[in-house]
Amino acid sequence: MTDAPFVTSRAELHPLRRAWARVTVGQTLIWLALGAGAWIAVFPYIWMVSSSLKPTNEVYDADFTIWPKSFAGFENYHGVLFEQPYPLFLMNSTIVCLGILAVQLVTAIPAGYALAKLRFRGSAILLGTVIACLTIPINVTSIPLYLGLVKLSLLDTYFAMMFPFMVSVFAIFLFRQFFKGFPDSVIDAARVDGFSEIEIVIRLIVPSALPAIAAFSVFSFVAHWNDLYWPLIVVQSQEKMTATLSMMQYQSEFDTNYGRSFAAATVITIPMMLVFLFARRSFIRGITMTGVKG
Amino acid sequence: MARLSLQGIRKSFARTEILKGITLDVEDGEFISLVGASGCGKSTLLRIIAGLEHPDEGSVSIDGKPVDEASPKARNVAMVFQDYALYPHMTVAQNMAMPLIMGRLPMRARLPGMRLLTPGFAPLRREIATQVETVARQLRIDHLLERKPAQLSGGQRQRVALGRALVRNPHLFLMDEPLSNLDAKLRVQVRQEIVELHQNTGLTFVYVTHDQVEAMTMSNRVALLQEGRLLQVGTPDDLYSDPDSLSVARFIGSPEINVLPAQARAGGFEVGDQFIPVPHQLELGSDLFLAVRPEGVMVAGAGPRDGRQMVTLAVTRTGMEDLGGEIILHTAVKGLPGIDLRARLQKEAGGVDLDLRNLPLDLNLSFSPRSCRLFAASGARIRAGAERAASLPTSLESVG
Repeated sequence: MTDAPFVTSRAELHPLRRAWARVTVGQTLIWLALGAGAWIAVFPYIWMVSSSLKPTNEVYDADFTIWPKSFAGFENYHGVLFEQPYPLFLMNSTIVCLGILAVQLVTAIPAGYALAKLRFRGSAILLGTVIACLTIPINVTSIPLYLGLVKLSLLDTYFAMMFPFMVSVFAIFLFRQFFKGFPDSVIDAARVDGFSEIEIVIRLIVPSALPAIAAFSVFSFVAHWNDLYWPLIVVQSQEKMTATLSMMQYQSEFDTNYGRSFAAATVITIPMMLVFLFARRSFIRGITMTGVKG
Repeated sequence: MARLSLQGIRKSFARTEILKGITLDVEDGEFISLVGASGCGKSTLLRIIAGLEHPDEGSVSIDGKPVDEASPKARNVAMVFQDYALYPHMTVAQNMAMPLIMGRLPMRARLPGMRLLTPGFAPLRREIATQVETVARQLRIDHLLERKPAQLSGGQRQRVALGRALVRNPHLFLMDEPLSNLDAKLRVQVRQEIVELHQNTGLTFVYVTHDQVEAMTMSNRVALLQEGRLLQVGTPDDLYSDPDSLSVARFIGSPEINVLPAQARAGGFEVGDQFIPVPHQLELGSDLFLAVRPEGVMVAGAGPRDGRQMVTLAVTRTGMEDLGGEIILHTAVKGLPGIDLRARLQKEAGGVDLDLRNLPLDLNLSFSPRSCRLFAASGARIRAGAERAASLPTSLESVG
């Protein structure tokens, strides 16, 4: 048996052709479906970036081009970044988001621990209340909250911007589900060793729940960074304006500078994308882990 | 070192009564095992001693002082858990140092990240580290100090758990089935190490297990629990050869003790069709249970006679387990349907010339009345007059 020149076995094919040979119809369909999904998710961003480089009349143009016919990118981005106190808006957004997140974590982690691991009278009712509260949207409570803040003359303060979100029932529920999987015997061992309950939370529960905490932090930060509704209600001056709210400045009753609005939207979105990129792994781990254990 | 005293401990969970009045005294330096089938309440009792649960009724005292209101920390007990319960993201050294850090450093100095901000506590921290190293060397885990629990084998984790319990010199050493997650060979080895630990430290040990072999081989005294009650408390030999009730006799020993029905007659009792005279005071005509350990049973005519009348029963062989040095013979007693008789026969028994491998299917087994224990139909032990005085007070309540 020497070489067989007329038989071209699969193994002898060029690697690329070999790879193609393994593609099946099913795989192709899956790729098409995934590609369509990805396009639906990504296209608005492409549109946003593209429009941010166009003058307003071209944004309205019927035939859409990704690259603008008349480039207005410099004016738009200059307008956003330098013709208004943009660093101040970014700082306001950051202060509000971090403030909300800090208070949410400080309240929700102990609450989640208590609901997951402590036995006390009424804990089941409390948990039911927490779950019920998940269904109440901010719009329901916004008028009483607003009136209360007016009475206390706290409008246009950081506190007013953070206050409705400081206790997150979603976070309490998420952490409760996550903490439930923590072994009881380790908590008992800690009690025997002399840990106080709060030290159990700080030294044992929190380090084990870092993926969940990271995931929630991204959720919370993005949600409040993008929030337009509440800042629109309580912010009155430019000094307290958040980045998202600042986009509203290019709108008036007579004219809206869409090119510049899109430039602002792009600038505001970039920090969030960076946050997500850096926290991506623990974010996904946090979500999938709670999913399994819940 | 401490004495432990439990007074009338009762505990219910959601209307199910787990502990139905436990009274028990443990002497200083004693090794006592709480043994019982799963669900008998032994772990709950241990958790009550530790202060992790609170009894509905009754009181726990350590060294004569009631500790019912005291936290687990204030009781100064150490506990080893079945799944080791190590702190997962801390190193072995940190795990072992935790009880000392919690006991000696104030709150402000022991929170994470406070090490640099509280330099005043540096000498104390060094002392704790030295102490951890000393204990780690004793347990031969000093080369593992920088590892995380996930990087350790089961036996190593078990040692770390023991080390964490040992570092702080506890009053009481509590163990909740610490060997059940180890493989058989390691279990025997660690069992020996725990016994040595008890001898070296002289501490009071309370050891919970469902394994009667562990309880019998390790402890000075065994407390047998069943359905929330203490059936008997005594030395391993007491429970084995002088059980207070049929339940105790049945729980202790493997293979299980043989139980035969018998009837009381004047001056003795009748089993099968044989009359055996005994000195006990028996209620005439009442049903009795006769219990005999498998090692007390022998092939008729083959064993040494003690000059007394032997109880001999005709049986049919149903099975044989060859354990190497000995054979467990399973038989059904003829004329007593549903009654089995097990015999543990030594292959190298002195002076016995018997081919154990070729026993006939039908044979006669016999045992001496001296090796029998008599029980009433209720399961309570019937003792001869002299024997009764030796029984413990706890055993009287537990019958029934």
